[in-house]
Amino acid sequence: MNNNDTILLDHGAGGKLSHAMFSELILPLFDNGLLAKQDDGAVFEVPGGRMAFSTDSYTVDPIFFPGGDIGKLAVNGTVNDVAMCGAIPLYISVGLIIEEGMKIHDLRRILQSMARAAQKAGVRIVTGDTKVVPRGKVDKIFINTSGIGLVPAGVNVSGDRARPGDKVIVSGTIADHGVAILSEREGLKFDSDVKSDSAPLNHMVKRVLESGSPVHVLRDPTRGGMGTTLNEIAVQSKVGIRLFEDRLPVRGPVRAICEIVGFDPLYLANEGKLIAMVPGADAGNVLDIIRRDEFGKDAVIVGEVTDQEPGRVVLETLIGGTRVVDMHTGDQLPRIC
Amino acid sequence: MRMTYTQEFKDPEISKALVARIREKITCPLRLMEVCGTHTMAIFRYGIRSVLPDTLTLLSGPGCPVCVTAQKDIDTCVMLARRSDVILTTFGDLMKVPGSGSSLAGEKAKGADIRMVYSVFDALAVAKENPDRQVVFCAVGFETTIPTIAGAVLTAKAQGVNNFSIYSANKLTPPALATLMETGGVDIDGFILPGHVSVITGLDAFVPFFEKYRIPSVVTGFEPVDILKAILMLVAQKESKAPGLVNAYARAVADTGNPKARAIMDQVFEKADTIWRGIGKIQDSGMVLRESFHKFDAAKKFDMPVPDTREPAGCDCGRILMGLKRPDQCRLYKKSCTPMHPVGPCMVSSEGACAAFYKYSR
Repeated sequence: MNNNDTILLDHGAGGKLSHAMFSELILPLFDNGLLAKQDDGAVFEVPGGRMAFSTDSYTVDPIFFPGGDIGKLAVNGTVNDVAMCGAIPLYISVGLIIEEGMKIHDLRRILQSMARAAQKAGVRIVTGDTKVVPRGKVDKIFINTSGIGLVPAGVNVSGDRARPGDKVIVSGTIADHGVAILSEREGLKFDSDVKSDSAPLNHMVKRVLESGSPVHVLRDPTRGGMGTTLNEIAVQSKVGIRLFEDRLPVRGPVRAICEIVGFDPLYLANEGKLIAMVPGADAGNVLDIIRRDEFGKDAVIVGEVTDQEPGRVVLETLIGGTRVVDMHTGDQLPRIC
Repeated sequence: MRMTYTQEFKDPEISKALVARIREKITCPLRLMEVCGTHTMAIFRYGIRSVLPDTLTLLSGPGCPVCVTAQKDIDTCVMLARRSDVILTTFGDLMKVPGSGSSLAGEKAKGADIRMVYSVFDALAVAKENPDRQVVFCAVGFETTIPTIAGAVLTAKAQGVNNFSIYSANKLTPPALATLMETGGVDIDGFILPGHVSVITGLDAFVPFFEKYRIPSVVTGFEPVDILKAILMLVAQKESKAPGLVNAYARAVADTGNPKARAIMDQVFEKADTIWRGIGKIQDSGMVLRESFHKFDAAKKFDMPVPDTREPAGCDCGRILMGLKRPDQCRLYKKSCTPMHPVGPCMVSSEGACAAFYKYSR
């Protein structure tokens, strides 16, 4: 990254430019092994055990959308990031940056939603900060949340631990959040019931870990979608990943909207789904546990980890062909015709 | 079984049977061109190239609207975006296309008021909401989108939305096909003709082209079964030396197309010579606003200098669009030209040959 370049929106879209910004600008300056792992959070030793620590900022527009709002997203997002470290999330911090002129009614709605989300996840919001900035300096409200949790003894989950022979499980339908937000944001007047899937996944993760199944990788494919997350794992673990298009769970209305506007569900955000990579022998058991969770009913095995073409994700298409699923390169743009 | 008109045309068994038939029929190397960018995209997405015999080559043609937009047009849109009195509205694909010095995305980052829209009518709505600003829509497209743009211009006129205008870089498909056939070195055995365009033009629009060149030509849809069926038909025509012009997309395309849409298009636009990127000027292949609509024509409304246009050195977009080169034969491909830093427009649009090649092939 050159000093003369400017930051484009794509630098924040979770695709290749985001990764370039991280690896070329951020990581060299903050250089340390924990950050370099590039997992959803950092796991480190503390006296008496291991702790997971993660942070995320929420700037979603619109702040209220079908299936949730920015507050619910901010709590569930960080709860899930901590859970994806194989940890039990416990405490959350909240930083609110509020635009002058915001209605108390809206702020209260967001805070109530955060309180409900924290209760549902079983975490406590124990510290925080508020700032108010002049009108126009932020878009209504931005929220940062950080979370800490404890990693149970014996659990070792990381994006670099996928192994050939692992099955790839996704805990439910993909792209719901991305389509719900895009429909609202872009004023696409679809008469659909597509809702954000924002949900806490920590209870599901806890039960999976308690089962003793040797889970290698847990990730929540948020910004950038499943395609991008799987690419990250393939690179981190130096393995190939093979997906089967006919097994990808996509709800009918989501698929239809994607086809109309030319989006690929593999690159749209999820806010209540996880990807688990588990040895083949344990996959059935883990799948059963996930399916018993209220947010995992549609879980399926969508692919497998291979030793072919390390670093690459390949999709076997409906017609038996193959194509590469690359990391996406920025926000998807609607096609012209 | 209830017909949904979507799943049937993705059927794995039918697709596999079609592939088997193609493999049986083909006896000599064959080069087919899919004209339309949406076909290019579908071919990559469904992995169609990976199931076809090695002797069958699919070439991506000049049917991605962004890819054939002349550098001059991009530069002019950038100039429009830089005007403080203008809100520029555009389809998303155009945002990242590099002009001679900048792109619309780059101008947006510097503060220009550029808004991505999904329909020209959204642009018209922006104009109504901002009566004290000039709202310009970058009209880049083929027969598929031109009637809707004409409809928006008619609506603007009827409602007196005088701060709305369009910058027309619209293009017509048949003249480009004829130009391809007249270009030396172009080696194509058959055409997969565009489905969406044909919904408007009908099969009839391609009759003069077919009568003149007698080359196998099939109009088809965008699902794997549609595309494989068209390929099988083209192979069969070639093998039996009986070229034909066939409509394999009858569920959407009538021989006469959509006369009402064409009437609206002709009411507002007239044909003009226009420049296709990498190909050059093609006679009567553009659509510009008729004189009675000049006050909705941004090219007439704003006094803009002719841009100092420079084509990027080494970019082979033009030769790729004509089937003379594959994307990976361009010396910039995957080196200085990537989707993050595109040099030519074929690397920008999701329907561009280079972007599809980069994204989906190994």
